[in-house]
Amino acid sequence: MSLAAQEEARAWAAAAQVPDPEVPCVTVADLGILRWVRVENGVCRVGVTPTYSGCPATLAIELAIETAILGAGVQGVQIERVLSPAWTTDWITDEGRAKLRDYGIAPPQGQSGKALALFGETSVTCPRCGSDDTEKLSEFGSTACKAHYRCRACAEPFDYFKCI
Amino acid sequence: MAVYQALLELADDNLVLGHRLSEWCGHAPMLEEDLAMPNMALDLIGTARVLYDRAAALEGKGQSEDDMAFLRGEREYRNCLLVERPNEDFAQTMLRQLYFAAFMKPFWDAALNGTDEVVRGVAGKAAKEMAYHIRHAGEWVIRLGDGTDESAARMRDAVFALSIYVDELFESSAAAAEAEAAGVLPKRADMRPAFDAVIAQVFTEALLEAPSVDYPQTGGRDGRHGEGLGHMLAEMQSLYRAHPGARW
Repeated sequence: MSLAAQEEARAWAAAAQVPDPEVPCVTVADLGILRWVRVENGVCRVGVTPTYSGCPATLAIELAIETAILGAGVQGVQIERVLSPAWTTDWITDEGRAKLRDYGIAPPQGQSGKALALFGETSVTCPRCGSDDTEKLSEFGSTACKAHYRCRACAEPFDYFKCI
Repeated sequence: MAVYQALLELADDNLVLGHRLSEWCGHAPMLEEDLAMPNMALDLIGTARVLYDRAAALEGKGQSEDDMAFLRGEREYRNCLLVERPNEDFAQTMLRQLYFAAFMKPFWDAALNGTDEVVRGVAGKAAKEMAYHIRHAGEWVIRLGDGTDESAARMRDAVFALSIYVDELFESSAAAAEAEAAGVLPKRADMRPAFDAVIAQVFTEALLEAPSVDYPQTGGRDGRHGEGLGHMLAEMQSLYRAHPGARW
């Protein structure tokens, strides 16, 4: 393994551990917003894709990733904001989905590519009791990426990670 | 320069409407809406930032997105008139949002095939966000239009007040026409069928009649604005103008 490849692996491992500042149960790797790490000529370039256009956490995430990689002893970190292709909830890993559910946030259901995903989220499963008998309270929840739901079975309100 | 100007127009539309929506923060009729409107504002302002950035890069004079947002006067803003209309009541705010999103959704969908990589990146994100805005604003237009006598009357007033600004959405300035010819942006006039379909569906459910517009208003792309924009910019820009170069 070349030195660059070793540094790349170390930088990726460090960056992948960074939690999302607003949904700290998942890491940036779980969410799929950490796209790639490339080490060339002593420069470590990192590709990061924002979830929403105006996601206020974008800058905090980039800073945290840079700090983590520097902490792992890799120098010359440059964060690049990758806008294309746009982030989609399809990139959230299965592990990430399980972590969200355990945390009390219903993970996105269905595939974003299907037109219905935007208009037909009629049955979101309650992350607490598993019931499908839920209702949408608000299209917009505590952050831009979440909607607010309530479970009719256990009466608990919960966040739903919107499928986009 | 034409592409710079065309992206500026697009960015101004998004920033001005985003700022208008943010004015509701802390004043919305219920908590859910107090969250919803700043969330939608964030989508629009985020889109504007990337477009200002891209426009500045194409211009190559080293302007920052803050310079463009905070140091241009009213006549230099190139947004369409619809987005600068004052919030007035909730009915007008939601109808303004529906009109804008119903136009921008097909626009961004089509922009995915454009020649500029940054614009394509913005489009991929914004198209999904606009679908959400259509749904949210559309639900409110239906709820208010098909609601009480009071809410229905306010919704009809909103249609009367805002429909004169709709046609301008479909007009391309000389700069936009050049950007369209170059394949950077889709042709604005082409969005009409998709826009009409969404509005017709919502209006039917909302029991609203499509208005006949005899005197459509234009001028925003030439920097001719209504009285409200200057007041809005004065508030939005005061901090940055008092502390030039401030960063946050």
